[in-house]
Amino acid sequence: MSVIGHVAVNVFKESVRDKILYNLVVFAVLLISASYLIGELTAGQDVKIIKDLGLASISIFGLLIAIFIGIGLVWKEVEKRSIYTLLAKPIRRQEFLLGKYFGLVLTLVINVAVMTAAFYLVLAYMQAETPPNIRAAWPAPATDPAMLKAVALIMLELLLVTAIALFFSTFSSPFLSAMMTMAVWVIGHFNQDLRDYGATISSPVAAALAKGVYYVVPNFAAFDVKLQVVHAQAIPLRYLLLTSLYGATYVALVLLAAAIIFSRRDFK
Amino acid sequence: MKVHPAAWAALAALFAAVIGLQLLQTREQPLGLPAGVSTNLLYVRSPDFARRAALSFHALLADIYWIRTVQHYGGTKLSTGANKQYDILYPLLDLTTSLDPYFDVAYKFGSVFLAEEYPSGAGRPDQAIAILKKGLQAQPQKWEIAQELGFVYYWWLADYDNAAMWFNRAADMTKAPDWLRPLAAVTLAQGGNRTSSRTLWTEIERTADADWLRDQATFRLKQLDAMDGIDFVERIVQQYRARTGMFPTSWADLIRAGLLRGVPPDPTGTPFRLDPATGSVSLDPASSLNPLPNREHPL
Repeated sequence: MSVIGHVAVNVFKESVRDKILYNLVVFAVLLISASYLIGELTAGQDVKIIKDLGLASISIFGLLIAIFIGIGLVWKEVEKRSIYTLLAKPIRRQEFLLGKYFGLVLTLVINVAVMTAAFYLVLAYMQAETPPNIRAAWPAPATDPAMLKAVALIMLELLLVTAIALFFSTFSSPFLSAMMTMAVWVIGHFNQDLRDYGATISSPVAAALAKGVYYVVPNFAAFDVKLQVVHAQAIPLRYLLLTSLYGATYVALVLLAAAIIFSRRDFK
Repeated sequence: MKVHPAAWAALAALFAAVIGLQLLQTREQPLGLPAGVSTNLLYVRSPDFARRAALSFHALLADIYWIRTVQHYGGTKLSTGANKQYDILYPLLDLTTSLDPYFDVAYKFGSVFLAEEYPSGAGRPDQAIAILKKGLQAQPQKWEIAQELGFVYYWWLADYDNAAMWFNRAADMTKAPDWLRPLAAVTLAQGGNRTSSRTLWTEIERTADADWLRDQATFRLKQLDAMDGIDFVERIVQQYRARTGMFPTSWADLIRAGLLRGVPPDPTGTPFRLDPATGSVSLDPASSLNPLPNREHPL
């Protein structure tokens, strides 16, 4: 196994030791209890709401893991001073960093996969329990495979958030890294506003600046198709491919920047 | 440091006192409010703000507002207080549909909640129309929303020209069912007769995806049956009068005359009531079908 692989597996094992996977139990309990409770509150919209809740939960749990584990990946090694031992071995700093990244990605992939499986199981149960005349009014079956498109884009978003968290953690404290990652994620949802800012202000400099930020800040809103898949709206393949390419390119950019900063960092 | 046993006892006593006082407070009548003062509170009223604040969780926030809508409508409808107000119903529906423009049920049920006469609903068909038109802006080919618009004009505003126009528009949309075009024609020609009412409610009963809406349609169809039944029995009363020169004093007169086999019941099984002075037939006050809509224009 390559150096990157060894580091990645260790990160995954560490996350298991840190009981990160317990969130899966919370997710399952949340979804199952919601499917029982909300039926009475929603005037027949229980399946739609379970779909919304499931997809939002996959996204939220993934985000929490990506941010709060991601920011500690490098910092923990520095804090425990184990970084000196590690870097004394025949391992390049970039390999160490990529190993950390892929380790967390592995944790996230397993998390998202298990949450998605639990999500479909709950929906399959609800579908089986619903009379055919009610099912006929649904825009799509409860277990509509098209929802996997939203899950795939959530996963891509998590890959980018992890990369950003790791990037900040190469030069900043965990608290600041978490704040900055959160800030980038939030700003990334206001891209549309940044683009349209010019129409509401008179200063051309400010408008140009906002437009510049629009192009630079990651467009997290692009990864969100949850609403569309729940309502069985078509997501063109071109959109999926373009967004995937955008996400992958941005991840590569952030990881490269993180590797450059990390390689220049002085640990003395 | 060791805690004094008296401290534990005081803690237990205070804990018991808090629960006891809370129990007492629960039994007290709630403090009244002046008439017209609403206790309904909505922190966020701006759909634009809600959309931005939701980040990528629009649908989930829309669900939360939808649950609040259902609770607000249901709670207000069932409340027995004098201050029954549906004042945040429209803002809640506006927020729900702004966060999730494809939330069809919010338009469909929301328009029913808004249009239904006070105190069963908000008694605001104008707001029902506004929310449905908003739905059509988001989904211009959704025939169900156009049909609902026609329904609001037909049932709650007795505006048959507009009702027929919306039924026709719905019929022009993709995947529209065949029965919409004849319904539009009947509505335009005979505005508000029982045939068009029956067509509407039968379709709602057949296609309803919620029990309460299906129950509502079944109830309305029973009312229409009761109105047909009343017309039928009144014709028999007129036959009796033509024969004897007077109105029957009771059902027994009609049975003895061979015009009826027994006491005629409404669709719920409750006997109709006969007015011997005028010969008019009506529902028994105990019937669950009361009050009946206008028999000439069954709104």
